[in-house]
Amino acid sequence: MSGKVAISLAVNGETIEALVAPRTTLADFLRQDIQLTGTHTGCEMGVCGACLVLLDDRPVHACLMFAVQADGCAVETVEGLTLRRAIDDLQKVFHERNALQCGFCTPGMLVSAYGILASGDEPDRDGIRDALSGNYCRCTGYESIVDAIETTARQRRQHRAEEKA
Amino acid sequence: MNAFAGSIDRPNSYIGRSVSRPNAKRLLEGRGRYVTDLVLPRMLHAAFVRSPYAHGKIVSIDIEEAKALSGVRAVFTGEDLASICAPWTGTLEHFTNMKSPPQVPLPLEKVMWSGQPVVLIVADSRAIAEDAAELVIVDIEELPALADPVEAMSAAAISNEFADNICFATTLDSGGVEEAFGVADTTVEQSFIFGRHTAVTLEPRAIVADYDPSENRLTAHHATQTPYQFQDVYSRHYGIPEANVRVIAPDIGGSFGMKLHVYHEEMAVVGASILLGRPIKYVADRMESFVSDIHARDHRVTGRLALDREGRITAMDVDDVTAIGAFSSYPRTSAVEGNQVIRLMGAPYDFSSYRANLSVVFQNKVQTSQYRAVGHPIACAVTECLVDAAARELGLDPFEIRERNLIPDNSYPRTSPTGYQFEKLSHEVCLARLKSIMNYDALRAEQAGLREKGILRGIGIALFVEITNPSPAFYGVGGARISAQDGAILKLTPSGEVHCSISVTEQGQGTETIIGQIVADQLGIDREKVRVMTGDTDTTPHGGATWACRGAGIGGETALQAARKLKANLLAVAGLILQAQQGELDIRADWIVEAVTGRQRLSLAEVARIAFFRSDTLPPGTQAQLSVVHHYAPQGYPFAFTNGAQGCLVEVDAETGFVKILKHWVVEDCGRIINPLLVDEQVRGGVVQGLGAAFFEECLYNEDGQLTNGSLADYLVPMACEMPDIEISHVETPTRDTELGAKGCGEAGTAAASAAAMNAVNDALVGHGAVLTQIPMTPTRILRALGTI
Repeated sequence: MSGKVAISLAVNGETIEALVAPRTTLADFLRQDIQLTGTHTGCEMGVCGACLVLLDDRPVHACLMFAVQADGCAVETVEGLTLRRAIDDLQKVFHERNALQCGFCTPGMLVSAYGILASGDEPDRDGIRDALSGNYCRCTGYESIVDAIETTARQRRQHRAEEKA
Repeated sequence: MNAFAGSIDRPNSYIGRSVSRPNAKRLLEGRGRYVTDLVLPRMLHAAFVRSPYAHGKIVSIDIEEAKALSGVRAVFTGEDLASICAPWTGTLEHFTNMKSPPQVPLPLEKVMWSGQPVVLIVADSRAIAEDAAELVIVDIEELPALADPVEAMSAAAISNEFADNICFATTLDSGGVEEAFGVADTTVEQSFIFGRHTAVTLEPRAIVADYDPSENRLTAHHATQTPYQFQDVYSRHYGIPEANVRVIAPDIGGSFGMKLHVYHEEMAVVGASILLGRPIKYVADRMESFVSDIHARDHRVTGRLALDREGRITAMDVDDVTAIGAFSSYPRTSAVEGNQVIRLMGAPYDFSSYRANLSVVFQNKVQTSQYRAVGHPIACAVTECLVDAAARELGLDPFEIRERNLIPDNSYPRTSPTGYQFEKLSHEVCLARLKSIMNYDALRAEQAGLREKGILRGIGIALFVEITNPSPAFYGVGGARISAQDGAILKLTPSGEVHCSISVTEQGQGTETIIGQIVADQLGIDREKVRVMTGDTDTTPHGGATWACRGAGIGGETALQAARKLKANLLAVAGLILQAQQGELDIRADWIVEAVTGRQRLSLAEVARIAFFRSDTLPPGTQAQLSVVHHYAPQGYPFAFTNGAQGCLVEVDAETGFVKILKHWVVEDCGRIINPLLVDEQVRGGVVQGLGAAFFEECLYNEDGQLTNGSLADYLVPMACEMPDIEISHVETPTRDTELGAKGCGEAGTAAASAAAMNAVNDALVGHGAVLTQIPMTPTRILRALGTI
């Protein structure tokens, strides 16, 4: 398909100038054009959550957006969240609790978890399960993931309480 | 003999310890390297034109317009690939009279299922390849599709090669069944339908085939559990010397049995790479996965139980018709599932008269084959539903009837009426433990109280037996080139660390972690000093890899024996350096120590330094063996059977048919546990796949053989909000066939979860005249059973 479009966006804090085909999804752009393969595609129809990234700090499905729609936006992937150490605590608890097996859903899970915990609320287990209703995991049975997010939420509240005191 | 006696308290005692997975960190940081991520220089991309019909004759294929599209590098049809690829046939010799048509990468004359790949496009990008696929015109003369399994028994043959649609049929008869039913005080009979479902790995199937004509060398980066099997397949079917074929399985985004079968697409892509001399990548999209990944189950079962007046089972009689698609899969066949269904029926119970008929039939759908817990969920559900039906008939509690019938823990070893040899199982302990952790009596009281308020709670339990640690009796005896042994190479590094490359593979279950634990434990070194490598046929010994719950039991024993061998070598060198007698030294916490006192004598790093760089200081004639290779093949029992019990608590809304799964319990005996954390998560993941089959997952077909729900929006998989917390308890009965004593655990959860769920739903519906004998138990089916619709 001819007629590439010039876009400029921030990805993980770096400005990226690129020419993209209008039909290229944001997920394919991230994975193929700039080799950020931490973002995965599992269904390419916005159901499985493997492709979740942050667009202007909100979780979005990178498979449901065209790259051209991200022009002028700030995109952050699991690699970026890792780099700026925004999810250190989540990653540590996921690791200790073994809240992943094959790891293919994990970047999307972490982006969802980042979104769930961003408000500072401490959701209960049912609340966490509901909030993960758009993240498919075939390996774990979910319980360990719920445990890990619940633990991180509790740790963050304790941390905030300690900071206040 | 089971001489292993690891104390959890000594240094480096990792066997039995919950430790996290070192290789999970990269996955948490988005640094996983899946085949899906791989890019090679000059790599091309593949897309397929697929059959829109379930059955038809290929009249013509017009590829001219597709070939002319800019960016398209080649278009291949059946003849192109059949001319360089030897056909494959999915039969095993020990399944007497089994038959299946030969298969080629792309069809030559007929299409046999809707979604079958017909034309392969190779282009500069996947998008261009898909554009070109739309320009191909395939003219197919549609033939009547054979979709229904029972019709397939008598319908005209769909394959030109055969006179009927029977792939394999067999009968088991221990004798005495008719007589037992003739004198039975109680008999129960039920007919079951188990729909098709599929693995839905989050990473679809993926391959990058890279053929180098200058060296006649094929490198396949292949998302599979079984790289050695594919090395053999690519070598033999494309005529490349085995040593020139390298299969690399890097990070794999889930497999569950699905990614160990030979698929037409992967074979076609390998062939195309050979023809073009360039790397070619194929990644199935989700729609393609639904119509081309193997499906699972698809059984129509009728089962009968005969019982005496004390509620003791005297006989079981079973008929299973299972439909497998148009071809039996290769190289493991599509008959293993049915064979395990009829051989696992009634396995926990103490009776001797058993009879079963199995009919494995062809139909115009995608292949079915081995998926997690092969055959187990069917055998378990039929057995356990019949036992519950008998309990209802006799007015017995589900625990009571099982206590009366299970094989006593003190009566092993013994052989089942279907021929399986059980070394030692623990049904009595597991059942009692289940009752205790469920707090069963309180649950029953709560259920009765809620029932008065019109709330329908159901409690279901199921016992199971699982096949693990298979010997060559599984595939090798049938002529399949699938190894039952594994191999490991352990190398000491000059810094005193250890590198282990082993033939069992990793898909996230923790294979590399437990192998590292075993090696470190047996050598007496820190776990962080052991690096484990898997999944590359060039750098690891040939072995069975990971399937049928063999990784811990067989791979683990391989690692244990290899580590002991290396340890003996290291102590021999240290003994020369320290002028110590044999038996005086040991290795603990990375040090050579005096065995009796534990006094540190020499660090392992120092032993390595001397052996590698100052061999001149060792006694003349010393050749320090600092690497070992070791292979281990299971001996003794043909399989290490495991067992356990599951419980499920549900609430059924009789008005809507919706079921809320409130809680699930598992008691499981996988022998020696190497890492409780990982075992628990294997069990939980397995349970959820079983609950998916019980309530949600079904590949729906119309009468023309068209899959009507082939997308992740239409095919329901279990999600976090629908799944319960799962409580797990362990009983440990190590196998005495190995030093390690480990058996498998990866399929235990799936084996009995749907059976427990069926019994729970039927328990909730007691008194409402409804009994569900079909899964998934959808709201519609529940309302139909209730007579509401």
